[in-house]
Amino acid sequence: MVQITFVEPAGAEVAVDATEGWSLMQAAVANGVDGIVAECGGSCVCATCHVYVDETRLAALPAPGEIELELLEEVKAERRPNSRLSCQITATPELAGLVVTIPPCQT
Amino acid sequence: MSDLTEADAHIVVVGAGQAGLQAAETLRAGGFEGRVTLVGSEPHAPYHRPPLSKGWLSEALDARQLAIRDVSALERKNIDLRVASHVAEIDANARAVRLQDDSRIAYSGLVLATGATPRMLGNAAPADGTICALRSREDASAIAKGLRNCLQARLPLVVIGGGFIGLEVAASARKLGADVVVLEAAPRLLQRALSRELSDWYARLHASHGVTLVLDARIDKVETSGSTAQVRLIDGRRWEAGLVLVGVGIIPNDELARRAGIACDNGIIVDACSRTSIAGIVAAGDCTVCRLPDGSMRRLESVQSAVEQGRAAAYTLLGMEKPFTGTPWFWSDQYDAKLQIAGLSRSADRSVARGDMAGKSFSIFHYAVDRLVAVDSINAARDHVIARQLIGVGVSPTIDQVSDISFDLGRLRPA
Repeated sequence: MVQITFVEPAGAEVAVDATEGWSLMQAAVANGVDGIVAECGGSCVCATCHVYVDETRLAALPAPGEIELELLEEVKAERRPNSRLSCQITATPELAGLVVTIPPCQT
Repeated sequence: MSDLTEADAHIVVVGAGQAGLQAAETLRAGGFEGRVTLVGSEPHAPYHRPPLSKGWLSEALDARQLAIRDVSALERKNIDLRVASHVAEIDANARAVRLQDDSRIAYSGLVLATGATPRMLGNAAPADGTICALRSREDASAIAKGLRNCLQARLPLVVIGGGFIGLEVAASARKLGADVVVLEAAPRLLQRALSRELSDWYARLHASHGVTLVLDARIDKVETSGSTAQVRLIDGRRWEAGLVLVGVGIIPNDELARRAGIACDNGIIVDACSRTSIAGIVAAGDCTVCRLPDGSMRRLESVQSAVEQGRAAAYTLLGMEKPFTGTPWFWSDQYDAKLQIAGLSRSADRSVARGDMAGKSFSIFHYAVDRLVAVDSINAARDHVIARQLIGVGVSPTIDQVSDISFDLGRLRPA
């Protein structure tokens, strides 16, 4: 289990034990975290699981793939340098304690 | 319906798929504090259906990953989930539903999200293990078992119907090493959803992965004996199959609604706010058909539609009008090809390619006269997302702009 903290749009911090190998999106939706829509269920087509990753740990994450980068250009909320799609980030022990913030809107 | 915000109000959602779950959660997000009961006929908490034809078949996903929510997450939202429960009857006058076990639940608002059932062939029953359709987790598990039978007995999977379900399963089966035959009654694949050029593209894609495609296929007979099935065409061609998958469309589950006197026409008739013909009863997802402002009827069988109708249905019960008017969109994963469709191309009279159709990434833009109505993208996610936005606001790029890949279509989006 990898502990990830999601900051919901309303400001609440929800710490979730994510199963290793799952995506952060899966961990968030399975635990009912608010603000992640994930319409496509993790197929990397809808850009509705956008999150801002703690900037100090951004470098620890594998770089986004081409499709993720294309979709990130189209997220509804402001795109920032630390914007990622949570369906494309796999929970690994290196990410323990990571804090991700969910933007105010996804659709 | 302001009484519904009272704490003693009770909204019952029939159907715990994507639409029903969305409705239940939107009620909470919209501030509803009364009781919410989500009644599902399957023995599982709500789960994602799209992976059933892909990751679930190759056993790359476990049940918890397939789940849209853990039961505990629903409990936290105070949504009362009842699985393996069948609603037998709606008493609209008394505002109550009767379950198969004869218990009754009174409601102040009712959401029907009863989904759809795969269409089967006249003489083929899905229950016998060698003839399957795909809708539920159990169906997908039966298909996974049937594919193992194919590999063991060195018999092909025969897919009847070259639509999305059939072709996605065909691609998954090829990945697992099974021989695959696809029989399609129409002269081309995916005829209802795609233009001819993309149908042909998919035919080549599947052929290049070793799938045997038979177009204009007229089925004479499907029979089973033991652990194999026999499929015969009218022209005499026949196949011995380890598994037959029937993917010839779905039938909306509108019987419960019809018996309650709700207007139906190949689905429960709803408007853009998911209202049915009876006040206090809304419907969402694959069980519905939407009456458009011009009087025509539209059925959208997609996750997006289920989500957005579910949301609209909940808001309607809360007394807020939030109609579903977005651009329809859809996707399909087969091999390494990710198809994304924005809009509906049925009315199109002209198509323009953006990018090289012989390459791995391109889009086809469909126009009705000079208006952009739909875009089909293969491995071109950015085209897709921009297309959804452009179609949504009614902005049409010129043919020259579309065919010039150095032109940034994103520039056309309104600020």
